Amino acid sequence: MSVSDSTFSGYGLGLRKAHYRDFLETRVPVDFVEVISENFMVEGGQPRHILRQIRERYPVALHGVSLSIGSADGLDPDYLRRLKSLVDEVEPVLVSDHLSWSRFAGFSAHDLLPVPYTEDALNTVCDNIDRAQNVLGRAMLFENPSSYLAVDGASMTEWAFISAMAQRTGCHLLLDVNNVYVSARNQGFDALAFLHGIPAERVRQIHLAGHSQGEPLLIDTHDSPVCADVWALYAKALSLLGPVASMIERDDDIPPLADLLAELSKARRIGAADTRARARVAS
Amino acid sequence: MNLAQWQRDFSTWLKTASDTSASRLTGGSMAGLNVYQNNYRAQLVGCLEQAYPRVRVWLGATLFHNAVITHIHTHPPQAWTLDAYPRDFGDTLVALFPDNPDLHELAWIENALSLAFVAADAAPLSLHALSAVDWDTARLRLTPSLMTRELTTNASCIWSALWEETPVPVSALLPEPGGLIVWRRQFTSRLKQVDALELDALVYLQAHGCFASLCDRLVARLGEEPGIARAGELLAGWLASELITGVEAG
Repeated sequence: MSVSDSTFSGYGLGLRKAHYRDFLETRVPVDFVEVISENFMVEGGQPRHILRQIRERYPVALHGVSLSIGSADGLDPDYLRRLKSLVDEVEPVLVSDHLSWSRFAGFSAHDLLPVPYTEDALNTVCDNIDRAQNVLGRAMLFENPSSYLAVDGASMTEWAFISAMAQRTGCHLLLDVNNVYVSARNQGFDALAFLHGIPAERVRQIHLAGHSQGEPLLIDTHDSPVCADVWALYAKALSLLGPVASMIERDDDIPPLADLLAELSKARRIGAADTRARARVAS
Repeated sequence: MNLAQWQRDFSTWLKTASDTSASRLTGGSMAGLNVYQNNYRAQLVGCLEQAYPRVRVWLGATLFHNAVITHIHTHPPQAWTLDAYPRDFGDTLVALFPDNPDLHELAWIENALSLAFVAADAAPLSLHALSAVDWDTARLRLTPSLMTRELTTNASCIWSALWEETPVPVSALLPEPGGLIVWRRQFTSRLKQVDALELDALVYLQAHGCFASLCDRLVARLGEEPGIARAGELLAGWLASELITGVEAG
């Protein structure tokens, strides 16, 4: 049975500059668009103007990369203030960031760095989530990152950490299926164990993206189409979660919009097949 | 190892790639750490290349890349936004190329244009709003996107040629120093070369706001009639360029 009680579902795309004109001048067949929050956390100018126009035409999800929810020395107040301002203006359907850290002691790495899955880190992450959600006045979603490093001294699995985090803070989850695949391959864990291990009722959004084969690790590059293995994992995830807002994420080697819409159609077909399967079981 | 120590070691690894920090983070394989190290450096290199495309052409790819590597070593990023990282790159160029004012000014132009692009919005002052102004006490507000600096070389001509992909002039000192102003009209960043008098007037107005005081300043430099005439010309030009966004009674 489906355990997701999401109030928002549908199929979307990550909005990138190359496609601004398409989205503003035509009615692109998506149910929502997701934008990178930081690109619009500016004082003014064209970025905010474009986002206001997009918001008039499509539901918008905000997806951040710099909240640094795992920072041992807490969250940046200026960042939170600007995010709050953006959230208040855009009234997004979803607000998300990553289970990672990028800032510590005045240094900002601008990358999604791994959080050790320890009690100490869990306490920090939960304190930071509580603060962010209090400032924003709403629940956030946190995305499982791609990982390239097995951290010595971890006391729990990634999915146990995520489960405890969601239970303690009431936050929601953004399941990046590609990241599950990449991390499972890099760390040698079972991707299905991850899907079964996270609290399905907390998942509000799914990301689908491509990756690259590095040497010797898989790299989460978002520069290629979703691969067959990730599509299969997506189908499995839907069978566990039920309908969840799903989208294609592409950040490099951006193709024509039609290519991304074709990928999104595939996600729709998998979602429709899952719905039919559920109907058969129910009848 | 607690979380803070882990993050301290990880930060050190990214900044220095030192074996000591690496050994504290992983018991064996370096492959994963190397991915993060590569991501960190590639991100910063890409950021500076994107922010200074014309400085890169002017310097040449190799010298520019060497300057970028120096900057990454000497200026680890601190702000939450990557947009802030290119702002100090001009300081690195000054340190590396102290005798190249053309390069310093070219870098300032590229940085100022980027900053103006996302500066706070402010609607230009309408001519209608000027009808009831008491000029003896009026204080003028300039657009928040306005940035100014002294200009000693033909850097603005070099920038324009690089922008338009036309033949680039040979670098040269100006016969006498002038000024550069950068601001945003609507959604487009603008660059303009001005003479030293207009630069001084804009800097003065930005700091003090009072137009009558500016007139006094120009009269003191140019004489009664030319000073007043020049103040009027400047005001008309600034209004037409949408540099003035507000007027308040003194």
